[in-house]
Amino acid sequence: MRLTKTGNEAMAEAMRQINPDVVAAYPITPATEIVQIFASFVADGLVDTEFIAVESEHSAMSACIGACAAGARTMTSTASQGLALMWEMLYIASGLRLPIVLAEVNRSLSSPINIHCDHSDTMGARDAGWIQIFCENAQEAYDSLIQAVRIAEESLLPIMVTTDGFIISHGMETMELIEDKEVKTFIGEYEPKYTVLDIDNPITMGAIDFTDYYFEHKRQTIEAMRNSKEIIAKVNQKFGAKFGRHYGFFEEYKLEDADIAIVVLGSTAGTSKVVIDELRQKGIKAGLLKLRVFRPFPVQEIAQILSRIPCVAVMDRSDSLNASGGPVWTEIRSALYDFNTRPKMINYIYGLGGRNIGLEMLRSVFEDLKNILKTDKIDKQIQYLGMRK
Amino acid sequence: MATLKELSHKKELLSGGHRACAGCTEPIAVRQILMATDTPIVVCCPTGCLEVTTTIFPYTAWRMPWIHSAFENAAATISGVETGYKALKKRGKIDKEIKFIAIGGDGGTYDIGFQALSGAMERGHNMVYICLDNEAYMNTGIQRSSATPKGAHTTTSPAGKVIPGKKTFRKDLSACIAAHNVPYVAQSIPSMWKDLTNKVQKALAVNGPAFINVLVPCRLGWGFPPEKAIEIGREAVNSCFWPLYEVENGEWKLTYKPKEKTPVKDWLKSQVRFKHLFRPENESILQEIQTEVDHNWERLQKLCEFSAGVV
Ligand SMILES: Cc1ncc(C[n+]2csc(CCOP(=O)(O)OP(=O)(O)O)c2C)c(N)n1
Ligand code: SF4
Repeated sequence: MRLTKTGNEAMAEAMRQINPDVVAAYPITPATEIVQIFASFVADGLVDTEFIAVESEHSAMSACIGACAAGARTMTSTASQGLALMWEMLYIASGLRLPIVLAEVNRSLSSPINIHCDHSDTMGARDAGWIQIFCENAQEAYDSLIQAVRIAEESLLPIMVTTDGFIISHGMETMELIEDKEVKTFIGEYEPKYTVLDIDNPITMGAIDFTDYYFEHKRQTIEAMRNSKEIIAKVNQKFGAKFGRHYGFFEEYKLEDADIAIVVLGSTAGTSKVVIDELRQKGIKAGLLKLRVFRPFPVQEIAQILSRIPCVAVMDRSDSLNASGGPVWTEIRSALYDFNTRPKMINYIYGLGGRNIGLEMLRSVFEDLKNILKTDKIDKQIQYLGMRK
Repeated sequence: MATLKELSHKKELLSGGHRACAGCTEPIAVRQILMATDTPIVVCCPTGCLEVTTTIFPYTAWRMPWIHSAFENAAATISGVETGYKALKKRGKIDKEIKFIAIGGDGGTYDIGFQALSGAMERGHNMVYICLDNEAYMNTGIQRSSATPKGAHTTTSPAGKVIPGKKTFRKDLSACIAAHNVPYVAQSIPSMWKDLTNKVQKALAVNGPAFINVLVPCRLGWGFPPEKAIEIGREAVNSCFWPLYEVENGEWKLTYKPKEKTPVKDWLKSQVRFKHLFRPENESILQEIQTEVDHNWERLQKLCEFSAGVV
């Protein structure tokens, strides 16, 4: 079924089809609509979800933890400050191995307050033990949210699927929707192994671990993240086989023979493809690696591909404030360390607080890469793209 | 309502061998609470003494489902569990009758957890929130909370050379929750087992949220010999420092009226945390505390008379 939808509508539509047992949420721009639309689905009886309109995001995630621990299929949605307020509970959700699914809309973090897109909120949660999928458009967000249910429940890890605030969340797009009953079949029933509602087999959940067990328990979550790679690949494959849309950990766009390439997350991928097509027409061998699954980080796969490209720019829509580049940059650089051939690399911090990234800017990035390729010289390794001087 | 003999034959859902201090009234209160019903219960605790003393992995003192997620969110967590239950029941995945109780300390309830508690009460979840109020953050080593009484020495309101302990009176949380217009609010104490078990039964029976504030003397933070724990609690009630009452559908009712109201000074004297108040220069503070207790007691009685007239 082809329809025109915004990213938020697409996410809400996926949630309607998933029909989770419980949704607990709190509004925040630009994710508000997702909850709003979903609340109307509840009000109109289109889903039979129990919807809890909580008093804060901290309670939203806490209630999700409670509901999921009870064995309910549980979802929520948030952005920016909301995700930041959930921070403490994000770690608890993954530590308790609860497969909560979160529709996250990327937005910058205060201060200064700003409602527009960058990735600092999601990146801020990158070490919380949540699987993270960044989406290029509404279609991918919709498809990924449906996949997320299976991925989370099989890996027993919570998962966030993100879109870029306003760019995707509020932009209209024609997309393909799956039939309700096919979604239902694809996600199947949730059958938790342990729940706090199992009165006959009582469990103590969230006990205190001292020095003697904490490490081992954390290690189990670390292993789960490792193992989730296989699960993500399998779910992607099944989804592709069934619905014809294939997704990997990342997408390679004209990378095979590329001399110069960029790495991006989210909506910038679309714009980049346009520029790459232009360059290709001029005979310039440009390419793109669109990173989709940021957690778990597909180290080996990424490194293998990038190690054979002479010159690479990593685009970060957030900064680590570590005085040495963005979060994607540091991970990718580290991934390449073990390879004998490594690209020349530069890092661009761009688009903070929703600053627009246009074709012109991306052209300039490739221009820089061309120069580096030619001169073998890097002027400034970390650059701020599209910033007023 | 069950007799003491009947209760004593019930299986204890909180086992012995937990690590609470000798003379701690928290486990005593919990046993009384859990005995109050035969319906299966899921308990959620925030971080605090009760949680850390009963669940040191790989051991657990809970012979029933139990969950802890963080310090400030027991009300939100249990509201999620309760909602999950409702959802699964609606979908025919579970058919058992189950009740939900959150049990938090005063810190996790009066202070950092206040927002989550208020939210959960307002949303009308079918749950009981029980505050075990030992009047300070005991788990982190006796720091003041908004439930700490005026004049008490704690590690963050120490009685020093110029400041004689906590400067302000305690917050009246039970009244705050009563103002949420939930069906049932009460104050109780494990020193009066029947009062507490009756109130828990009532709270569990209402359809919607209920709140019980239970004063639990802490031998470590208050400073008294372990064998005095129950007695000291009774003294708090008899001095009217901790009146026992309930607010049922808006009607305020005293559930216990001391035969003779004892001076609050006698209760204060039994605890190390108030020792400095008995120095001559602090006499006015003792007076202030007595005045406050008298005032609150008068007001409470009037509230009860008044609401009996209007309900
Ligand atoms: C967000 C957060 N802040 C602080 C703490 C540290 N902490 C753990 S328990 C506790 C005090 C508990 O006091 P209370 O709720 O009164 O319970 P008690 O131990 O006295 O029974 C504190 C401050 C924490 N775990 N989480
Ligand atoms: S410190 Fe107080 S509340 Fe905590 S276990 Fe000891 S007596 Fe009980």
